[in-house]
Amino acid sequence: MYARALKPLALATAAVSALAFTMIFFWAPLDADQGFIQKIFYLHVPMAIVALLGFLAAGVMAALHLRTRDRRWDIRSYVAVHLSIILAVGVLVTGSIWAKASWGHWWVWSEPVLVSFLITFLLYAVYQPLRFSIDDPGRQARYASVFAIAGAAFTVLNFVAVRMADAYTHPRVFSQTGGNMPPRMFVTFVVALAAMALVFATLWTLELGSKSASERLRRARRRRERDADRAELAGAGGERPRAGAHADHSPAAAGTATASR
Amino acid sequence: MPALPLETAGKYVAAAYVVFLALVLVYVAIIARKVGRLERELSELEETDAEHER
Amino acid sequence: MTASGQPQTAARGARRQVGAARAGLAILRKDLRAELRAREAVPAMALFSVTAFVLFHFGLDRARLEGDVAAGVLWVTILLATVLAVNRMFVAEREQGGMEAMLLAPIDRTAIVLAKAAALFVFLAALEVLAVPAFGLLLLGGDLIGALPELAALLAVADLGLAAVGALVGALAAETRAREVIGPLILLPLVVPLAIAGANATEPLFAPAGGPAELGRWLGLMGLYASVFMLLSVAVFDFLLED
Repeated sequence: MYARALKPLALATAAVSALAFTMIFFWAPLDADQGFIQKIFYLHVPMAIVALLGFLAAGVMAALHLRTRDRRWDIRSYVAVHLSIILAVGVLVTGSIWAKASWGHWWVWSEPVLVSFLITFLLYAVYQPLRFSIDDPGRQARYASVFAIAGAAFTVLNFVAVRMADAYTHPRVFSQTGGNMPPRMFVTFVVALAAMALVFATLWTLELGSKSASERLRRARRRRERDADRAELAGAGGERPRAGAHADHSPAAAGTATASR
Repeated sequence: MPALPLETAGKYVAAAYVVFLALVLVYVAIIARKVGRLERELSELEETDAEHER
Repeated sequence: MTASGQPQTAARGARRQVGAARAGLAILRKDLRAELRAREAVPAMALFSVTAFVLFHFGLDRARLEGDVAAGVLWVTILLATVLAVNRMFVAEREQGGMEAMLLAPIDRTAIVLAKAAALFVFLAALEVLAVPAFGLLLLGGDLIGALPELAALLAVADLGLAAVGALVGALAAETRAREVIGPLILLPLVVPLAIAGANATEPLFAPAGGPAELGRWLGLMGLYASVFMLLSVAVFDFLLED
């Protein structure tokens, strides 16, 4: 199911990424203030936007998991969080490089996006430890979903708060030329954003495919073990008088027996 | 904010893009390893199947 | 369904509805009484706060604090002290089996989360009654009394948010094996918006010149935060408690 979507996705990603690269380095105009350094903006900001959307999407998928009790939504949410965390790391690193090139410091507190991502990253970094510290799989999925929903709400609030904190203390460091971006820059930015979103979608589909395949494999394996057990018992305890005990080995009972193992 | 000369600026920009590429490639490598393990387990399963049929 | 079935279920339904508020109050009273008797959470938080003030004195090497530094020290200390209370929120229930009793009782689960949040709110208010004067005594360079009305309002709204988030995180962390570690790690980033709002709003209150206090926007942010997390906690709590 996932593999089929993967090929067109990967192709689209490759194409749009190639287009984005070309546009960034050969077509978009050079920024008057920051010069060549501004090219990082086409990487850093799309990563930030996609990571944020990823966290929000993970929250939505987590809510769907709680509502429908379908474990597949939990896995989708988990992978989205996973990927967004990696992107968040990328945001922090590229933002840091940009800060160093622009200001000479590897970190600046006056850039709200960077600061917000630090806090958001610190929160989501606990997501996996939380999951793996809960043994019961049903509970693990539920608690992780609650976390993802709270995290999504928090991410929005946090951005608002950090932006407010910065509002009148420091002027924006990275003049994103947001208001009056020359049209070529804007178009390039949009293409770069599309490329990043496609990268996210492709990697998400890839990991989901791998996870779902390994889940199916696990189930198939368990089914075989159960069949093998049943065959053994049927062969060994063939005497009828034990029928009372054997009657319990209906598929349902055997299923629950192996599932709880 | 004076613009950095192209040589020094180029290094920073390249570093940023390399970081991104590295992240993606590391991720793909991890998935590839998982898929490799999947393939191994599948072939084990196929072997035990073949045995049972014999 | 017997002939008397319908009025019976209606009565039971009505009883259940009344039960929610009463159950919530009962749980709240239980928690408060347990705290009064054991005296664990609030004294611990107060002690922690005063110790933190001493640490800050030596760490910052200042006798008196003003303005933004004073605001920051006070708010960060209160937020860190909250961790102590949150960690313990569900521990008593788990250890003494109160959780099963609460879950088996025919009450609305919303009552449980509201009661827990209310208890946390009371603990925090009690902490602040002790810690803020201590702060004024030990570290604050300016006039505490003058700042008190606004500060009290800020703390009250912040406590609402803290109570909601604390209840949520307390329940989340209760089931994990590394409870004492995971709880703070989840709670502290979550309360950063409150730190931002609280410290920024308090800064002019503690400033030597006593600048104009622009409480409106910060109270708004804290109120938004509290509403969001209260709604969230109530909505998802069922999923945390079920077994």
